[in-house]
Amino acid sequence: MNRIDARFAELKAAGKKGLVAYLTAGDPDLQTSEENVRIALQGGVDVLELGVPFSDPTADGPTIQEAAQRALAAGTNLNDVLAMVKNLRKDFDTPIVLFGYANPFFRYGYETLCRDAVEAGVDGFLVVDIPYEICGELKMHTDAAGLRLIPLIAPTTAAERADRILSEAQGFAYYIMVKGVTGARRELVVDLGERIAALRGVTDLPIAAGFGVSSGEQAAEVARTADAVVVGSALVRAAHEGGLAELMVDLKRGVDGLSE
Amino acid sequence: MNQQADANGYFGKYGGRYIAETLMPILLEIEKDYVEAIKDPAFMEEFRYLLKDYVGRPSPLYRADRLSEVCSGARIYLKREDLNHTGAHKVNNTIGQALLARRMGRKKLMAETGAGQHGVATATAAALFGMECIVYMGEEDIVRQAPNVKRMELLGATVMPVGSGTKTLKDAMSEALRAWVAEVDTTFYVIGSVAGPHPYPTMVRDFQAVIGDETKKQIMEQEGRLPDMIVACVGGGSNAAGIFYPFIEDEAVKLVGVEAAGFGMDTGKHAASICAGDVGILHGSKTYVLQDGDGQVLNAHSVSAGLDYPGVGPQHSFWADQNRVEYCSITDDEALASFHELTLLEGIIPALESAHAVAEAKKRAAGMNKSDLLVVNLSGRGDKDLDTVLAIDGAASGKAAS
Repeated sequence: MNRIDARFAELKAAGKKGLVAYLTAGDPDLQTSEENVRIALQGGVDVLELGVPFSDPTADGPTIQEAAQRALAAGTNLNDVLAMVKNLRKDFDTPIVLFGYANPFFRYGYETLCRDAVEAGVDGFLVVDIPYEICGELKMHTDAAGLRLIPLIAPTTAAERADRILSEAQGFAYYIMVKGVTGARRELVVDLGERIAALRGVTDLPIAAGFGVSSGEQAAEVARTADAVVVGSALVRAAHEGGLAELMVDLKRGVDGLSE
Repeated sequence: MNQQADANGYFGKYGGRYIAETLMPILLEIEKDYVEAIKDPAFMEEFRYLLKDYVGRPSPLYRADRLSEVCSGARIYLKREDLNHTGAHKVNNTIGQALLARRMGRKKLMAETGAGQHGVATATAAALFGMECIVYMGEEDIVRQAPNVKRMELLGATVMPVGSGTKTLKDAMSEALRAWVAEVDTTFYVIGSVAGPHPYPTMVRDFQAVIGDETKKQIMEQEGRLPDMIVACVGGGSNAAGIFYPFIEDEAVKLVGVEAAGFGMDTGKHAASICAGDVGILHGSKTYVLQDGDGQVLNAHSVSAGLDYPGVGPQHSFWADQNRVEYCSITDDEALASFHELTLLEGIIPALESAHAVAEAKKRAAGMNKSDLLVVNLSGRGDKDLDTVLAIDGAASGKAAS
């Protein structure tokens, strides 16, 4: 069984919510980055989104843009990211999704990439700039390799479109809570509950919601309706500036409903 | 050879919609409304009226006798897009897209710009239609195209400096895409080239095709036959697509796209995506991209801010693979020499972008017969480049003096 599916099944059986954590691989260098990923994993991440740095991250705010630039300046490439996963697999069973933009994956070659990813211990991909209509070229290879291609649903995605996207999807659905790029936000959206309820009407997949979550309190708010909470920029910032382990504790308490 | 993009925006294997899900619904909406608009006689009538009485079209097809004489080969014609209102071909497209934005009920335009010509043309359309306008521009380009920054501000636009990456066109476009995600409900993104996600490459090509349509009519009137060759510069490739597209089926007409070779193709400091790039995915399209072996996009270089871009419109990649258009490159030095030469020979100061096409046309014309006809798309005027050229000339004469 794919590790993503297994983890969400476990969470559901235990009546718990999940924490999906994003960190940019190679930020600021491979060794430090792996240490940070280990801190996060030990802190109780349910799904790790490992960011593959790209030179032109058009969906990311300054925090993740800068992390990608640091990683690229240190020479990080996709081979390094796969090697890191392989290393992590010696100690962790946490599902790992490679998160990134199309071009580095395309350049590597989708078929070879899926083969190497499975071998390294990757469980899925999330490609920000490959929407549903044109994902076939990649999905045929992720499907064949037993990898999950995680679909994104945006606030602009109409119900009928969400239905179409999710009807063929596996793993989990990633609901982007805000219209905007990645980055911590003071206020979260008001209609999250309604939006997630609408998605539940069209899919049985677990729903993770993210974009803007930066504290345990916000995580708790999201976890009230979503199956999992995605945290990215706040973790990247903590990894860079310090306080990663503390933030993990705070987020974990929020997701587990212990914040208040 | 099918010239229309398929349902997902592909020309052969190039193009597509490589874009965040948040923007997919608006792209689908723009496509639908665009297809309806161009079938609406009232929309097209207003577009043609504005091109005629506001932009000043048709732009002349001028027989450049002194330039032809120096080349002692083909008879050279210049398609005078430099005479358009705002000084370049860019305004053809911004008028079209602004009309579409108004039809869709949008009250705010946003744009990316390199040389500033597209920014000025968008700001102009925004002023004309009473819309708000925000233009994203790299910090380096803000310095080298200062007069255009002032023009945009006079036209009521806000120029947002982009300090990430190389601080040029590529980063301006990335930042515009980021900003659009946040303002997708209110803002229409006016892309300035035949690049970006579907339907932009198609839409911009169609709005610019007026250049080729007029050229065809004008050369028939003046010479009674089609030209033997058409030469145009290619950054993203909108002026080239505009003049090439109506001639694509006329296979006897040789089409030549000129990329920027910057400091020289062997230096790696250039912007020749088709000549030296590999297939990749950038800013919404699969196309030729300057990139490293890991798929990281490389920094382009050209003395001309409008060509300083590491990608190219997907239909150009398609035409390159089909061998319908020949793509070649011209260095900064060659373009600068042609800038001066055209100015002195014909009294026409070309944009540095267009000077690349002039430089290539000179080489080609020299190898052709006196009875052959060669059309150069003079896509813009060079007023915006005076600071750049004067600085380079000053540095060169300073070096010579010491």
